[in-house]
Amino acid sequence: MNTIASDRLAIKASELTRQFGRLTAVDHVELQVPYGEIFGLLGANGAGKSTVIKMLTTLLPPTSGSAEVGGFDIIKSPGEVRRCIGYVSQLLSADGALTGYENLLLSAKLYGLPKAERSVRIADALDFMGLADSARKLVKTYSGGMIRRLELAQAMLHRPAILFLDEPTIGLDPVARHTVWDRLLDLRRDYGMTVLITTHDMEEAETLCDRLAILHRGRVSVVGKPAELRSGLGAGATMNDVFAHYAGGLIHESGAFSEVAQTRRTVRRLG
Amino acid sequence: MEVELIKLVRDPTELISRAVQPVLWLVVFGQVLAQVRGIHTGHLSYLAFITPGILAQSILFSSIFYGIAIIWERDLGVVHKLLASPARRSSLVFGKAVAAGFRGIVQTLVIYLIALAMQVSIRLDPLAIVAVLGCAMLGSGIFATFSLIIACIVKTRERFMGIGQLLTMPMFFASNAIYPLDIMPGWLRVIAQINPLTYLIDALRGLVITGGENIYGYGVDFAVMLTVFAVLLLVAVRLYPTLAE
Repeated sequence: MNTIASDRLAIKASELTRQFGRLTAVDHVELQVPYGEIFGLLGANGAGKSTVIKMLTTLLPPTSGSAEVGGFDIIKSPGEVRRCIGYVSQLLSADGALTGYENLLLSAKLYGLPKAERSVRIADALDFMGLADSARKLVKTYSGGMIRRLELAQAMLHRPAILFLDEPTIGLDPVARHTVWDRLLDLRRDYGMTVLITTHDMEEAETLCDRLAILHRGRVSVVGKPAELRSGLGAGATMNDVFAHYAGGLIHESGAFSEVAQTRRTVRRLG
Repeated sequence: MEVELIKLVRDPTELISRAVQPVLWLVVFGQVLAQVRGIHTGHLSYLAFITPGILAQSILFSSIFYGIAIIWERDLGVVHKLLASPARRSSLVFGKAVAAGFRGIVQTLVIYLIALAMQVSIRLDPLAIVAVLGCAMLGSGIFATFSLIIACIVKTRERFMGIGQLLTMPMFFASNAIYPLDIMPGWLRVIAQINPLTYLIDALRGLVITGGENIYGYGVDFAVMLTVFAVLLLVAVRLYPTLAE
């Protein structure tokens, strides 16, 4: 992998490691993501994708190693890191008992947007995500795709340099999925946002991501552009072949029970 | 914080269901024991004696299960969203306590209505009422923050329910809520004296009831409550981020 000048890197992880008791969930992970890139983290359940995201978003301290996000050290300057990122967790975190507008207002306050700018930013975000007509409805009446777009709107409200999305299209139907992809591409085009996603979805990896890293048992087994990874395995190789080759077999490898239960719950809520 | 208020206004069923228990305590338990005259409460009627105790109980019970909501927020990913934002951890934790405080105020107003309907002699001077509302906020803040700390430690709803049940009844009975401290056996009195609920009730007894006796003095009551609250907040601010791990 070519090294990129570090001031052009949105995300830089060096030997990032996290252990839970005896289990090493993330093992000396190296990542370099330049500004403006859409980067995918792939891997089977339990490969360490979510743990990497949690460390990069300052939710979980690493056991060893370090990382910089937006030029700030995740351990020494977590506050600065939080200011320049947006995060959408795998779970559906929008509040169903509030309207779309109220959810956005809450985010605006969390991110300390000045009062004068709030309503303009919220209106922009609602327009951008195609939710302007539903802004005054309770979120529990939204479809799964609408909730995901609302969460994207919440995460982009403060115009972060870097967006972290944990399985952004899990449980969505194909149309809703494509809408989310289009919005992410728009965000990159309009604001130059860097996007890091985790996914199991090979179509998402191939059509949305500029580059991918495949994780296997906490280690990065390969990094590259989707087309390069495919051609590296010979003519006619598909993304599924790439995944099977680098992620240690298909998705049968067991994830933790709680993780599977959580994913099912998310899917059920998306209905 | 505002979020909680909006929800409360949109769905007041919770408020109504929470009002049932104090009604039972005051109307049934209070009236029956007042007939027995087995507990010496000085010049106060037994019903007047336990009214502040039941108010404190309702503050305790409504905020001690606050942790369930926190665990629910964790399961939904709301906690992760909050903690990945630049909002200060202390503001997030304090905001939760204030939100619980507003619920406590609503509870207090409900108990006032019940007590008035039962012709308990309530102090209606504005200063006393403001002080009672202050107690309600502080008490709710204390127990909600305590509950948040338990939630951070146990992390699942099932375990939380077990521990919540285990804590509330002993806290209630080992306090001066429904009998005065001086009729307790010595060991129980010691426990009651380190129970923050006792100081909340002591302050409330003087402030809510005409002729109610404040034993420790308001200065001591508020000093104890503020100290306990401050310590709990410090612990909660340290533990709250572990919920997203």
